[in-house]
Amino acid sequence: MHIVDRRLNPGGKSLVNRQRFLRRAKALVQQAVRDSLKDRSIKDLEQEGEVTIPRDEVHEPSFRRGASGGNREHILPGNKEYLSGDQIERPPGGGEGAGGHQGEGDDEFRFVLSREEFLDLFLDDLELPELAKKKLTSGEAEGVRQAGYSTSGSPSALSIGRTMRNSMSRRIALKRPRGEDMAKLEAEIARLEALAKDTGADHAEELAKLREEYERLERRRKLITYVDPIDLRYRRFEPTPKPISQAVMFCLMDVSGSMTEHMKDLAKRFYALLHLFLKRCYRHLEVVFIRHTDRAEEVDEETFFYSRETGGTLVSTALEKMLQVMKDRYSPNDWNIYVAQASDGDNMPSDTAKTIALMADEIMPVAQYVAYLEVGREEDPMMAMGGPLMRASDLWRSYGQIDGQNGKFVMRKVHHRREIYPVFRELFAKRGLAAGRAQS
Amino acid sequence: MTKLAAKPLYEGSDWNFDTIQRIYDTVETIAREELDLNTYPNQIEVITAEQMLDAYSSTGMPLLYNHWSFGKQFLTNELMYRKGQRGLAYELVINSDPCINYIMEENSATMQTLVLAHAAFGHNHFFKNNYLFQQWTDAEGILDYLEFAKRYISQCEERYGQVQVERLLDAAHALNRQGVHRYPRGQARDLKAELARENVRHAQRERDYDDIYRTLPAAKAKAADAGVSARAAALGLPQENVLYFLEKSAPRLAPWQREILRITRVLAQYFYPQGQTKVMNEGAACYVHYRIMTTLHQRGHITEGSFLEFLTSHTNVVSQPMFDSGHYGGLNPYWVGYNMMQDIAQVCVAPTEEDRLWSPDIAGNGDVEGTLKHIWANYRDESFVSQFLSPRLMRQWRLFKLDDHEKVDHIKVDAIHDERGYRELRRGLARQYDISWQEPDIQIVDVDLAGDRTLMLEHHVTNGVLLAEKDACRVVQHLADLWGYEVVLREIEPEGGSSLKEHKARPRATGPRLAEG
Repeated sequence: MHIVDRRLNPGGKSLVNRQRFLRRAKALVQQAVRDSLKDRSIKDLEQEGEVTIPRDEVHEPSFRRGASGGNREHILPGNKEYLSGDQIERPPGGGEGAGGHQGEGDDEFRFVLSREEFLDLFLDDLELPELAKKKLTSGEAEGVRQAGYSTSGSPSALSIGRTMRNSMSRRIALKRPRGEDMAKLEAEIARLEALAKDTGADHAEELAKLREEYERLERRRKLITYVDPIDLRYRRFEPTPKPISQAVMFCLMDVSGSMTEHMKDLAKRFYALLHLFLKRCYRHLEVVFIRHTDRAEEVDEETFFYSRETGGTLVSTALEKMLQVMKDRYSPNDWNIYVAQASDGDNMPSDTAKTIALMADEIMPVAQYVAYLEVGREEDPMMAMGGPLMRASDLWRSYGQIDGQNGKFVMRKVHHRREIYPVFRELFAKRGLAAGRAQS
Repeated sequence: MTKLAAKPLYEGSDWNFDTIQRIYDTVETIAREELDLNTYPNQIEVITAEQMLDAYSSTGMPLLYNHWSFGKQFLTNELMYRKGQRGLAYELVINSDPCINYIMEENSATMQTLVLAHAAFGHNHFFKNNYLFQQWTDAEGILDYLEFAKRYISQCEERYGQVQVERLLDAAHALNRQGVHRYPRGQARDLKAELARENVRHAQRERDYDDIYRTLPAAKAKAADAGVSARAAALGLPQENVLYFLEKSAPRLAPWQREILRITRVLAQYFYPQGQTKVMNEGAACYVHYRIMTTLHQRGHITEGSFLEFLTSHTNVVSQPMFDSGHYGGLNPYWVGYNMMQDIAQVCVAPTEEDRLWSPDIAGNGDVEGTLKHIWANYRDESFVSQFLSPRLMRQWRLFKLDDHEKVDHIKVDAIHDERGYRELRRGLARQYDISWQEPDIQIVDVDLAGDRTLMLEHHVTNGVLLAEKDACRVVQHLADLWGYEVVLREIEPEGGSSLKEHKARPRATGPRLAEG
């Protein structure tokens, strides 16, 4: 008998099959993942989770007998009261008798997706707006990468393999006497010397010739060194621009009295999605929360979403605050800057000009992407009466004047929770896909 | 009784590889001396829960080709395990030579003892000796074959694309159950025997000859039939092994496709005996582990505590909820098998009058081990139940039989555990384990070679139960994709042959077309 410990064998033997299954059912799983967003709170948005897809699509058919019809017999244990010949009422729900328990609930296939799988499917065909890449390639930070070999360099960068290769080819080319040849010669000399001593035979001439030869080789070995400075090779490193992989996300929100809990919830969901998405794109991501009424302040997440404020509404204060934070801590040279602003659209008319100026002249040039999300009441009375009648809000009209600059500035209106994800997708859909969709 | 062991094999629930070795040696001694079991050499592999899940989803095999359906299986098992709906098996054993036993690292020392007795000796003996396994499976070659299959299929994926191979496997898996030879193939013909048979036949013809038959008018239909039978003979029809037929005769498959069909067919054949011997296999293994554990306990190799632990899990394994308990999910093969084995042991040594009447061959023969080993070697579930289910057990289990007829409003209680019912119950239960009764009888009957090459199949309907429609349509579609031309499946009444239903499919022109033009 052998006992084999297999516990340390690499796991994940089923990974390939698992991936193949997910690929096969991709459309369905993706749908399920997106639907599951409704039920998840923002905190566990990126946790692993159970999803359900219709079993029919991944069903493996086979020839088998139908579940109903025909004449059947069942043998069952545990008879308490029946005598042979008794008639029993057929249980409702098919003529299966007491036999099987197949039926309801069986048409759904449930399984657990890991966190990575979940996110992959969730954010599958999204990408950052193209402008982000310009920043990535400009490269302020520098790194090094190996770039071939050089004949000079620091000792720590010596490439021993290369050096020895050169050394060997040089030794062969110049016919440097080999160690074993020398040893052989030496042995021969010793043998003859010993022979001369023992037998007294005269090998003097032979010996002299050998000694001369030995000396000649010895000299040659000294001239042709084992490793010569010209053999030396060093690994060469070249400075290369390193893409900046850090980003900061500014969340701006109007918290004045007119913002209801519902609106804040919508905003929160949008921020969460954006955060999730950016986190996948940048190794290092920071979030700054700025709330404003008629004055703005930087707060932590908890305060941002849950504490109430009263006051008027001055959007420009938030923009100013943001610019200030940016100047203090997040230089646009080092940071990719994303701005997400949520508001119910109210602003003091007198503030409009300043807001537009700040946004267009100060923020737009440095930011990667600015998204303005206008959140509305769940049942907007104006919406119910039809779109055209709806009055555009102050802020909406103001921002409408800003040049979009190839989608660098976008604005959307959201009324209901279910619209968040479609809007988000719309904003970040892969360009090719979006175009394709538009055509079809 | 042999004298007590000086000290138990282990204390507490911890174990290490030395413990396993000691346990194995002791268990082996008992298995050989007391039960005289004949097993393949064992290989014990310790695995983790995750690896057990992996093994589950590749039908228990240590290696298997890749296919999405195994991934689906994995996800199902994983969910059940996570939710605690289902514990994992303590062991998994593979019918191979050497016999591979997977044991889980979480098991306590007692569980490892139980598992070794159960799998490494119980199942192992059954695999090696049962006639179905001997006839149909090649324990020595299976691991190499799996290795070959995995490599071959991944090479095909590289060469012909994953999608192509996946489609082919989908179709082949759908026909898996129609991919086995149910009866041993004919032996090579022996000239002498042939000649003798021919002589007998000739003599019979001479004896029966009467000149008057010559005056009968010849039947007309025969002429047409001759064509059919010649064609049928050439193609080996009727053929119930659909995959075999496709592999050999489908006109448009590429050689690699035929080979993959063959691989799925060979694996289906390998698993074929296991489906027919579930009750016996588990019954034998449970009987063996019970005997061995009891002996270990009697000889002082395991402590009282360990023995109680064993009894708890043993009882869990061989439990059976009654039909009205709400947990009923069919008969538990462990329960049926174990109880029948114990019952047979009792009939051998302490038979009642009834036993002598019902099992005259074995009643009171006194040789429990010999009788059981003979049974393990020569029966399958169906024949085992129909031969050895005793009235005593039927009474104990309070079995009853229900008849559920489509045309009748009520379900009728046909038999209960009384003098009139025993035979009916036994026949009925045996039938539940009879694979030829449980699986639909589907055969390829003809190919329209002169016309449009339509492949014709028949399902011989038993008891008026038709095939599940949606599935049947899909499988016929797969079949058409493989065959490359139209396929018709008729469901026919066994008496009279009237057609009840027809499924038709043409190969899909685009997309998953398997056959190459």
